[in-house]
Amino acid sequence: MLTRLLALAIIAAFIVAVHDVRPAVAGRLPVQEFTLANGLKVLLVEEPKAPVVTVQIWYKVGSRNEVMGRAGLSHMLEHMMFKGTPKYGKGEFSKLIKKNGGNDNAFTSQDYTAYFENLAADKLALALELEADRLQGLLLDDKEFQLEREVVKEERRLRIEDVPPAYLVEQMYAQAFMTHPYHWPIIGWFNDLDAMNRQDLKAYYEKHYAPNNATLVIVGDVKAETALPLIRKYFEGLPMGSPPPPPSVVEPEQKGERRIMVKREAQLPFIYFGYKVPNFKSPDVRALAVLETILSAGKSARLFDALVYRKKLALQVGAGYNELAASPELFTFYAVVKPDVKIADVEKAVLVEIERLKKEPPSDMELQKAKNQVEARYLFEQDSIFRQAMLLGTAETAGAGWQYIADYVDKVRAVTKEDIQRVARTYLNEDTRTIGILIPAAQKPPSGQAAGGAQ
Amino acid sequence: MRRLLTAALLALCIAPAFSHAADIKPIRVVTDNGMTLLIQDQPSLPIVTVNVLIKAGAVLDPDAKAGVAYMTAGMLDEGTKTRSATRLAQEIEFLGAEFAAKATNDFTTATLRVLQKDADRGFTLLADILRNPAFSEKEVVRLRSELQGELQGEKDDPGTVAGKAFDEIVFKGHPYQRPINGDDKTVAKVTRQDIVAFHDRFYRPNRTIVAIVGDIRESEALALVKKHFGSWAKKETVVPPAPAPEPLHKSVLKLIDKDLTQATVALGHIGIDRKNPDFYAVSVMNYILGGGGFSSRLVNRIRDEQGLAYDVDSAFEAHVMPGRFTVTLQTRNAAANQAIAAALAEIKRIRTEPVSEQELADAKAYLIGSFPLRLDTTGKLAGLLAVVELHSLGLSYFDDYPKAIAAVTKEDILRAAQTYINPDLYALVVVAKQSEAKIDASAVLGAK
Repeated sequence: MLTRLLALAIIAAFIVAVHDVRPAVAGRLPVQEFTLANGLKVLLVEEPKAPVVTVQIWYKVGSRNEVMGRAGLSHMLEHMMFKGTPKYGKGEFSKLIKKNGGNDNAFTSQDYTAYFENLAADKLALALELEADRLQGLLLDDKEFQLEREVVKEERRLRIEDVPPAYLVEQMYAQAFMTHPYHWPIIGWFNDLDAMNRQDLKAYYEKHYAPNNATLVIVGDVKAETALPLIRKYFEGLPMGSPPPPPSVVEPEQKGERRIMVKREAQLPFIYFGYKVPNFKSPDVRALAVLETILSAGKSARLFDALVYRKKLALQVGAGYNELAASPELFTFYAVVKPDVKIADVEKAVLVEIERLKKEPPSDMELQKAKNQVEARYLFEQDSIFRQAMLLGTAETAGAGWQYIADYVDKVRAVTKEDIQRVARTYLNEDTRTIGILIPAAQKPPSGQAAGGAQ
Repeated sequence: MRRLLTAALLALCIAPAFSHAADIKPIRVVTDNGMTLLIQDQPSLPIVTVNVLIKAGAVLDPDAKAGVAYMTAGMLDEGTKTRSATRLAQEIEFLGAEFAAKATNDFTTATLRVLQKDADRGFTLLADILRNPAFSEKEVVRLRSELQGELQGEKDDPGTVAGKAFDEIVFKGHPYQRPINGDDKTVAKVTRQDIVAFHDRFYRPNRTIVAIVGDIRESEALALVKKHFGSWAKKETVVPPAPAPEPLHKSVLKLIDKDLTQATVALGHIGIDRKNPDFYAVSVMNYILGGGGFSSRLVNRIRDEQGLAYDVDSAFEAHVMPGRFTVTLQTRNAAANQAIAAALAEIKRIRTEPVSEQELADAKAYLIGSFPLRLDTTGKLAGLLAVVELHSLGLSYFDDYPKAIAAVTKEDILRAAQTYINPDLYALVVVAKQSEAKIDASAVLGAK
């Protein structure tokens, strides 16, 4: 998925940052970087095309930082961040943003927790004040926690329990990663959610929510010289914390294919599998990203062309590579099986495409098309200031550094046909893959019933 | 994620005003063959977004053939008279461009995103797709079988199941009753000839609005349109207007049993059309009731005070004809009765007592102040321009909207609630494991 985000493009060289402090400015990306004395890193892009700004604060904490038995703690804390501080009580944060014409929300991943406000550029100070306020001193009221836990359980039912493919994906990850925290879901298991208490949240909050464990990303119609004093005003007084080092767990080498089946009520079979691959720390990362594009970007890509168009085996098919994962993750494949098609035939057809890339390199035209797609997506992404900021926040928080984005397209241009073939041979091998299959269980006869009646 | 709001605002309540967006001054041109163009030059990024709106929506489907408009849209890029489906995909994607087409109730949209340097090439492909689709029998057969698979797959999505059942009750006898993507029976009947005829009749320049936004001068955009669409032949098509949908005569409860942990609830009835002068009062009223995300009454009562749901909202979908008014929520099966009772209580309250000054002020401030956020990408702006034109709101809409919102009073809201929400006559669909939900029919329909 993140490869798609990564489509942020060459920012034209004509954009030059002008400011009165000494930021680091990458050659082509007009990112200005500052670090406050307490360690808060600030990334700012002046983008005046619309009179709006996105303010995002990215904490280096996600489900990867959790421990066994408390899966979902990061996400639970994210919810509690809207439940008030001594200064701004329960719900006031969002109410203030809304009545100032803004939208706010948050998202949690395996590697990060991020909060954002999108609003008119002249309301920048409000967002900064509110984010600085909840960086410390969160109320974490126990009654609110009890209620919010029920909300999170509803969210789990909505997103996972009642969505057969999502349920399968969760099971597959639990098989692919045995000791690394990518084993458990971001939203947590029901048992762990029930076992959590206020003390868990408080300790976790105090440990991870510190200015020196966060990145503030601002993109929009603002100037550094006006934004910086505001950032200083609200954030500089916050004391530095001592966040723990990133988790040291290394997933042991996988020796042989793993398979997991889920049988439940579902309309269509679904197959989801993944290979262990390196993340941004490897020089092979761009070749893997181009490989993903060749396989799955659009109707002319190999997987769609073979499985949906020519062989008519699947309704949907694709590949995904999260190169900006903080720890090495999976290169994944998925397919929604067409009614009356055998699951095994779909699996085989995907594997045929993978093997084909190992045997023969892609054509010149295919490689160029993939590069063009990466480049265009990179520009399209910049159409949205929110996406731009997300991309910078993701790269910075994962540990790649936002500069990773700056020369992204150039590095992609350097990928050769031989690179593609080599990474396919190196990483897409049976012994490091985990295959998950959703098998629709025999269904009960439909019992839809209508009851009518006026009161 | 804490919560992604579904379309809680009026679906077409696109945007308050260009109040701050002073640079947004689109031009409007009607071509000789009747196409309406809206062009906004935005040179900040070297891309061009084109949003083509064709008055060829699912309302025009032949009665027993729901899905024709949807399949026609889906077939557009499955090959033209000179390019096969495969070649077309390769040509588009070699440019790094993105094309998508989709039918809605009232219209079909085709969108193209392309790098500025490839604008001419992009228009070449777009015009070929819209004007010369081949609709080959082979591709129709393939697309139909994919659609049949999609229809089967969506039975796993409780929200879709509930929405389709809701429309069937609320829009009984009206074209909005039909599912846009059809159903098993109707899709099987749609032939190549139906699609060819639908395209020939409705895909015409005089039924088409084209919004072009991006790094392109107005003169360049006009020249591209003239070059690629200038010879597209107009054709007058007489379509008798459908009558407005009829209100329900009695409340209807529909229970659909599935092996789920949550009950998905859709409650409501017919709402308003976009030209209704009360659109603005309804916008503010609905924001307070259930459109305002974390600030709404429904969220406060059902999520924040009782922890019953992750998401609950209300929406008026203002189409060419009156669309849905719905409250939707998901809650664990066993809590369904409790959540429905809470939703009904809020629906009644907004009709019986005036909203507070604070609620009114906050709602107006949000609707007016968040306007620029709805125009901050080329895609959002192009989509908005086309819809403003569809509803003949005029380019002054961008000044009119904030004024209209600002003028709404507490009395307007009370009147709008009393006029457009009926707490006694509604459809209620519950998709759940019914043995756990145990819906109390007299309580949820009685609303006493």
